[in-house]
Amino acid sequence: MKQTPTKKQRQKSSNGRPSQAASEELSRWNLRLYVAGQTPRSLTAFRNLKEICEEYLKGQYHIEVIDLMENPTLARGDQILAVPTLVRKLPQPIRKIIGDLSNTERVLVGLDIQPR
Amino acid sequence: MSRQNRRNSQSLNALPKERTGISGFDEITRGGLPAGRPTLICGSAGAGKTLFAMEFLVRGATLFNEPGVFISFEESDSELATNVASLGFDLNQLIADKKLILDYVFIERSEIEETGEYNLEGLFLRLGHAIDSIGAKRVVLDTLEALFSALPNEAIIRAELRRLFRWLKEKGVTAVITCERGEGTLTRYGLEEYVADCVILLDNRVQNQISTRRLRIIKYRGTSHGTNEYPFFIDDKGFSVLPITSLGLLHEAPTEFVSTGVNRLDTMLNGRGFYKSSSILVSGTAGTGKSTLAAHFINAACMRGERALFFAFEESQDQIIRNMRSVGIDLEKFVKKGLLKFQNARPSAWGLEVHLAMIHKAIDDFKPSVVVVDPITNFLAVGDQIDAKAMLTRLIDFLKMRQITGMFNSLTSAQDNIEDSEVGVSSLMDVWLLVKTIESNGERNRGLYILKARGIAHSNQVREFLLTDRGIELLDAYIGAEGVLMGSARSSQLARERVTEAERQQASARKQRELQRKQELYEAQLQALRGQYESERDAILLELDEEQKRLKEVADQRLEIARLRKADSRGMKIDENGARKARKGAAAR
Repeated sequence: MKQTPTKKQRQKSSNGRPSQAASEELSRWNLRLYVAGQTPRSLTAFRNLKEICEEYLKGQYHIEVIDLMENPTLARGDQILAVPTLVRKLPQPIRKIIGDLSNTERVLVGLDIQPR
Repeated sequence: MSRQNRRNSQSLNALPKERTGISGFDEITRGGLPAGRPTLICGSAGAGKTLFAMEFLVRGATLFNEPGVFISFEESDSELATNVASLGFDLNQLIADKKLILDYVFIERSEIEETGEYNLEGLFLRLGHAIDSIGAKRVVLDTLEALFSALPNEAIIRAELRRLFRWLKEKGVTAVITCERGEGTLTRYGLEEYVADCVILLDNRVQNQISTRRLRIIKYRGTSHGTNEYPFFIDDKGFSVLPITSLGLLHEAPTEFVSTGVNRLDTMLNGRGFYKSSSILVSGTAGTGKSTLAAHFINAACMRGERALFFAFEESQDQIIRNMRSVGIDLEKFVKKGLLKFQNARPSAWGLEVHLAMIHKAIDDFKPSVVVVDPITNFLAVGDQIDAKAMLTRLIDFLKMRQITGMFNSLTSAQDNIEDSEVGVSSLMDVWLLVKTIESNGERNRGLYILKARGIAHSNQVREFLLTDRGIELLDAYIGAEGVLMGSARSSQLARERVTEAERQQASARKQRELQRKQELYEAQLQALRGQYESERDAILLELDEEQKRLKEVADQRLEIARLRKADSRGMKIDENGARKARKGAAAR
């Protein structure tokens, strides 16, 4: 059960890249989602993120999912404590949104897509 | 886990403990912190929580070869390394040796938005990874409560903290969690309810304007522990919790002697001075020369090439050196040679325990063979009599253990009976010298007694104690029909005696001269008499001689006449007899 969504998730994130336009466009919104294992919560978070991006940032975003279970050392770089945490690497400044991203309104505010 | 099991099997019932390596702390907890369990260190800002935690890790890594992880929520790696470098901890070296991992967890509240559910698995993973990568046995979380201000959802944090503590126990690491003290509670966010095993409170309290750091074990489940508040201090060697182990009267008693520095005083003490490593109490009222006595003692030690440490609680180094120069003792040259060291501090600068610890440390560093504390009485100003006595007991034990001879000056109030006022400490001392001013005839004179000297036959007489420009001089007090006299009374009495003596000598000389004169007189008279007799005798002899001459002439004449008359020889014979008779009569006359 847990293995299947992993593959799906990875496909999605890697799927996005070649089908979209120039890499410049893609890197305008550089988002990184930190999760710890394929828990239902991390899946929810990814699903929510994907939906929001498709709706508001179509063609301009790039999502990188980091599983801290596999790469615990990466938690230090972005100062991750809570999971899931979404980090907006670009555009600057860095923003962090913690939680399963279930409140779209707040995610949009957090990412500065919508004014506060 | 396996480590914990092994320890459990070693001593079935006893709670396994992990030594912290923090000076004094393992003694009061009888072994250290509970092994494999979390311990809460709480205290207000500046109480020393971070330092305690850091020293726990550093000592673990250096003394017990137990690697540690420090998760800091407040200070960055470099800040931490800099802060503890002053204590001689080289964190960067430990990190390079894989003995230590510093992880700075920084959460900027302003850049965080919260949407929906989350947990702190990220923290767990970071910690877990750090622990596994160096095989850490010790973990510090400093200050975990920062989470409450960093993350908005308290319910989640609480649930996660509970899980964290359980997880730490499962990991079998000995954890130290620091937290801020709250208003009326141990911790601001009630963390003590999660950590049930061991709670330690650090406190920095101000009493009589003197701040003393104190440590108390509030709770230590499953073990006996000291329940008192233990003072501690932080210096350039780290944390020190007191009491530093007392030796309990097991010290050796050396049989060598050390000079008092005053010849006459040595004489009073069986000619040899104090026993080495004995403790000497010098008590007296103000201005009786206690410090000077101490300076002599130090002077003698330095002359022998030994090291001396002078703890001065009233005067500065310069002042002591200047004052002692006035009595002919040059301490400065010993300071320059490195034989003498002063440690000056106002008693009110720290609490008693800190003073004690400072003294310990100074002694450990300098390794003197002679120590002077001048005066001990000032400690009473810092603590009460009981505290001060306890402190002195520990100090004396400490000195004896190191075979250091200690001289303690004690200022006594003039009104009290001195012997009573020292009851508190005198029993601790081996030798007790009393310098006393004795007031009589409108002047004060110093007298020195030896009240006790354990194991030394000593003089029981008072000596007059003079401060001259060549140092201390002890004189015999005048003891005679007039009683014990000192000072000018003594000298005037001595002068009176000198006068009487002189008069007696003059009288005797006079008699001598008279005898001489008489002898001369008699001899002169004798001479005169002899002269008279001789002249009379001469005159008589002359007379006799002439008489004889005349008789002979008469006889000769008769013979001549007879010869001329041609008389016979018979007639002549008769005449001759008659002449002989006449001569005899002249001699008788």
